[in-house]
Amino acid sequence: MPGGVNMDLLLAPFTEMAFMRRALVAAAALALGTAPLGCLLVLRRMSLVGDAMAHAVLPGAAAGFLLAGLSLPAMSLGGFVAALAVAAAAGWVTRVTPQREDASFAAFYLIALALGVLLVSMRGGAVDLMRMLFGSVLAVDDAALLMIAGCTALTLATLAVFWRLLVAESVDPQFLRSVGAPGWLAHALLIVLLVANLVAGFHALGTLMAVGLLMLPAASARFWVAGLPAMCALAAALGIAASYAGLLLSYHAELPSGPCIVLACGLAYVASVLLGRRDGILTSRWRLRRHRTA
Amino acid sequence: MSATGGVGSPLVLHDLTISHRGHPAVHHLSGRFVPGGLTAVVGPNGAGKSTLLAALAGSRPDHQGRIVRDPAQRLAWLPQAAAIDRGFPMQVQELVSLGLWHRTGAWRRLRADDHARIEQALSAVGLAGCGSRWIGELSAGQLQRVLFARVLLQDAGIILLDEPFNAIDARTTADLLALLPRWRTEGRTVIAVLHDLEQVSAHFDEVLLLARECIAWGPTGQVLRAEHLLHARRMAEAWDEQAPWCRAA
Repeated sequence: MPGGVNMDLLLAPFTEMAFMRRALVAAAALALGTAPLGCLLVLRRMSLVGDAMAHAVLPGAAAGFLLAGLSLPAMSLGGFVAALAVAAAAGWVTRVTPQREDASFAAFYLIALALGVLLVSMRGGAVDLMRMLFGSVLAVDDAALLMIAGCTALTLATLAVFWRLLVAESVDPQFLRSVGAPGWLAHALLIVLLVANLVAGFHALGTLMAVGLLMLPAASARFWVAGLPAMCALAAALGIAASYAGLLLSYHAELPSGPCIVLACGLAYVASVLLGRRDGILTSRWRLRRHRTA
Repeated sequence: MSATGGVGSPLVLHDLTISHRGHPAVHHLSGRFVPGGLTAVVGPNGAGKSTLLAALAGSRPDHQGRIVRDPAQRLAWLPQAAAIDRGFPMQVQELVSLGLWHRTGAWRRLRADDHARIEQALSAVGLAGCGSRWIGELSAGQLQRVLFARVLLQDAGIILLDEPFNAIDARTTADLLALLPRWRTEGRTVIAVLHDLEQVSAHFDEVLLLARECIAWGPTGQVLRAEHLLHARRMAEAWDEQAPWCRAA
């Protein structure tokens, strides 16, 4: 029956293959945790900081790989420390010199990227490097899944506690300083959570692809809804849907999972740019033809 | 005043200097702000007025000299509107509610009477019923009214206003100026950077005329004299990239 065949195509990879189920749960958990982070980064005009941090994970993960081989704790810890070191160095240069944050982040992540590639080439080969950059669903074992789920839970709990501070610091950092509130804490929390999620995500999606799941759903959601809570919810839903669609494509077409998930996110982004209810290109043109009375 | 008097001043400056790349934006400024009075800070462009206000608000920790603030007095600072990220999806009532930060901090929820106070503050600035609008949809004048509403909620003893009536229509300016006598009656110390000298003469008790250095500081009528204003303009224009290093530093 055609309907049965279609349902098999859509569900069978997940009902029959344990590694696909794990990959889907991992990607969905990542999408859930990274959605509010991505929204805050997009709205704070820090989108490229996510990319910079993804590159900055590499030398630490490579150092862990050199010391302990393909060990989850060693590579994760290394990646976390390296990315935080890059963020701290970039933040310090921005504070003590007139250079803007984007330039100092770019400088340090490029150094980190070069160092990471050099470290991987000292022991591994192109396959190891590709796996680190672009991930593999096969890498999502129980330990990696637990780490991703734990990271998502920690991210959502931290955001819930510090939400008001993060929002206030995003809109009016000067105000927060004038009332003596710790605005610096909001910025630091955002960076730490970002790095934690990128590290958690690199086993499944790789360091470079993880940032796609972080930024693309958030950038897409901005074209559909006005409020921040709605934007976060929509970004999470888009990320989960793209994870499912990307994994399905990756399974049937025998393609790498990370790029497939990110391309599915990209498709949602292009559709949003064109058709988004708020500022989509085609929607805006249509709206120009009519207006309210007041 | 001002430069010498004023027992119990909520803000006292001791030899305050704030530099940018070695050039002083505010140079060896000392004095006291009159408690419960309205002081206008005036001077030509580049005179250091906004820099001074930022330092008073604690936003320029790189200053030399001392700023002594009465720790019992809360401070409200209304910077130039450009400092607000209007692209962020925030509703008017949420932005105004930040004025209650001294009570709510980052974690306490707003109470029912807080919502009533937010609506009262919006009414006081002529924006009743606008709480659910997005800040990105407001005009410059409307946003300035919103920021005044936030200042009202801060219930601060010291209020710093940085060019509060820039790019605002006459009606809005008149409405917001009407808040000043109320603040004076309530004993709040108001320090405002302004360019309109007629406005200053009509509404402010004291004036600090600044041109990087203090040209004059005292009662409005004594400060806003032609020779002081001329001196201020000459001082502001006397920019020297290769000026010698200050020996008093």
